[in-house]
Amino acid sequence: MSTAPQWKNPVVRWVDERLPIFTYMDHEYNQFPMPRNLNYFWNFGALASIVLVVMIVTGIMLAMQYTPHVDHAFNSVERIMRDVNYGWLIRYIHMNGASMFFIVVFIHMFRGLYYGSYKAPRELLWMLGVVILLLMMATAFMGYVLPWGQMSYWGATVITNLFSAIPLVGEWIVTLLWGGFAVDNATLNRFFALHYLLPFVLVGVVGAHVVSLHITKSNNPDGIEMKGPQDSVPFHPYFTAKDSVGMGFFLIFFAFFVFFAPNYLGHPDNYIEANALVTPAHIVPEWYFLPFYAILRSITFDVLFIPAKLMGVILMFGSILILFILPWLDTARVRSAKYRPIYKYVFWVFLIDCIVLGWVGAQPAEGTALIIGQIGTFYYFIHFLVVMPVLGKIETPLPLPASIAEPVTGGGGGASAGAAAAKMEKS
Amino acid sequence: MRKAMMSAAAAVLMALSGSALAAGGVEVPEREWSFEGVFGTYDRASMQRGLQIYKESCSGCHSLNLIYFRNLTDLGYTEAQAKAFAAEYEVQDGPNDEGEMYTRAAIPSDRFVKPFPNDNAARAGNNGALPPDLSLMVEARPGGANYLYALLTGYADAPAGTDMMEGMNYNNYFPGHQIAMAPPLSEDGIEYEDGTKATVAQQAEDIVTFLAWASEPNMEARKKMGIKVMIFLIVLTGILIAVKKRVWADVH
Repeated sequence: MSTAPQWKNPVVRWVDERLPIFTYMDHEYNQFPMPRNLNYFWNFGALASIVLVVMIVTGIMLAMQYTPHVDHAFNSVERIMRDVNYGWLIRYIHMNGASMFFIVVFIHMFRGLYYGSYKAPRELLWMLGVVILLLMMATAFMGYVLPWGQMSYWGATVITNLFSAIPLVGEWIVTLLWGGFAVDNATLNRFFALHYLLPFVLVGVVGAHVVSLHITKSNNPDGIEMKGPQDSVPFHPYFTAKDSVGMGFFLIFFAFFVFFAPNYLGHPDNYIEANALVTPAHIVPEWYFLPFYAILRSITFDVLFIPAKLMGVILMFGSILILFILPWLDTARVRSAKYRPIYKYVFWVFLIDCIVLGWVGAQPAEGTALIIGQIGTFYYFIHFLVVMPVLGKIETPLPLPASIAEPVTGGGGGASAGAAAAKMEKS
Repeated sequence: MRKAMMSAAAAVLMALSGSALAAGGVEVPEREWSFEGVFGTYDRASMQRGLQIYKESCSGCHSLNLIYFRNLTDLGYTEAQAKAFAAEYEVQDGPNDEGEMYTRAAIPSDRFVKPFPNDNAARAGNNGALPPDLSLMVEARPGGANYLYALLTGYADAPAGTDMMEGMNYNNYFPGHQIAMAPPLSEDGIEYEDGTKATVAQQAEDIVTFLAWASEPNMEARKKMGIKVMIFLIVLTGILIAVKKRVWADVH
């Protein structure tokens, strides 16, 4: 399977003997063994890398036309929209691309949660993924500030102010983020510099994520390891073909927003230039931050000696940081929810909880929405801190198939359920 | 399982994006617009009437800073007509060779001329209220064109017991119902060059169509390209599905 290829072309052979990039590509993207039973949810990692490239290419093109100055930023974006050749196209791709990136990555993560992809030996792969999420959020937040609309400005004000809740160093951090004593030109300049820098850091971490994946190999819907060649197919042509189908559907979805609903996921207030003297009626972040925003605002009371604001900040960051230790919080030895009769439902409850938090994040923090947000926040942490550790101990998993090939080919006794499942995956 | 996860993904998207939109105030009635939908285009005659309303009614207070006179060719005017329209305005230019600023007739590469030199002058001339720039008005308000139409046709007598502030007007659709702008449109308040009867509803439709174009002058190019891109992607995806089936035929 992993035999070193014999390169016929003398130039290729000469390069490869000195720097084995051809052997590397052959090994990692041609012969590389993939579980044969992957469903289409395994497309989303490839889709995320496609969006990352699209974002970097369109972003560089926008940076060539954009002016990071408080007096010119808003109008320079409108100049891109109106007078730069195809500027509207590039900017709408970039703007909607941010949403697409989060849609794809959220699905990728929930797939990992359902099939237990974060468990040994893939803990580090998962943790690198959480780093990617954090970098994406920082990049998206700073990118949203650049057009210098009302939501840009007030979103920046609200989010940077959060850091002031940190004891002792909070005020210092806020001043550092602002580059002064308010969100102003210095803030816009440093956010632009960082918004240009972080995607390249992201590329580096994505590289580590992929290398780590190629060590552990992909998890699969059955959550059992590949035991031999009968369980796998080579990456090319099987997964180049399958990922291409996913890419086709994804590009249709993406293009629909870019061409027919480009501002649907945005906020009208960001087409009003930033004004420090007029606060929008409600300051709402972009949709992908809403669940976290709901968690932040759900703490309206002091917890012991911790003030409410600081507690909100701790929980908001904690809601992501807790993912780092998920591989150890989940005590179940069976990976896939397919063979975990209770976790199967717990997963959906958690997903619904996240959606509810997203809804709450878009509402004013008062009345019923606030209470629902508090319950949702409570359950979010209970899921990780109580349900996951306890469930692994008390749940009796279903018997696992002997190998991946068995349910796929339907061979062997007692695999009829597995075979039916495989048929479902196919249709 | 797969279907359930797909529909959950769709539900997340719709729930989240829908709620982001629902940040407006009063529910505004939906109308049909020439520029709606996948094949929508701006109604040229309506835009031209809208320009006339902007010129005669709005431009006394509201600027349109992002629009250049050259953009008027989008409305169906010729370059000569756009040039003639521009020439009616005076703009400051300079300094000339003697270092003096001077005024000259506007040319197509000039922006629409502002009614006030700065925001303070605008407030001073409008009882303290600042008339907003109209360049992005349709995109910058929740509800967009429907909201603006509702606002322009939504002036009414204040219900008994409403405590109106000095100089404010009651409007059914403005958030808070008290708007500084006096009713800008009146029955036959304008004599259309093309002879269309100038009802308030007609005027509101025309000015909103004009402002929708001002907000997004490249919308028609966007939708036209979008249809081509969609056809291409659907065909491409069909081919990719066929390739995938062929490649996987020996595995399943």
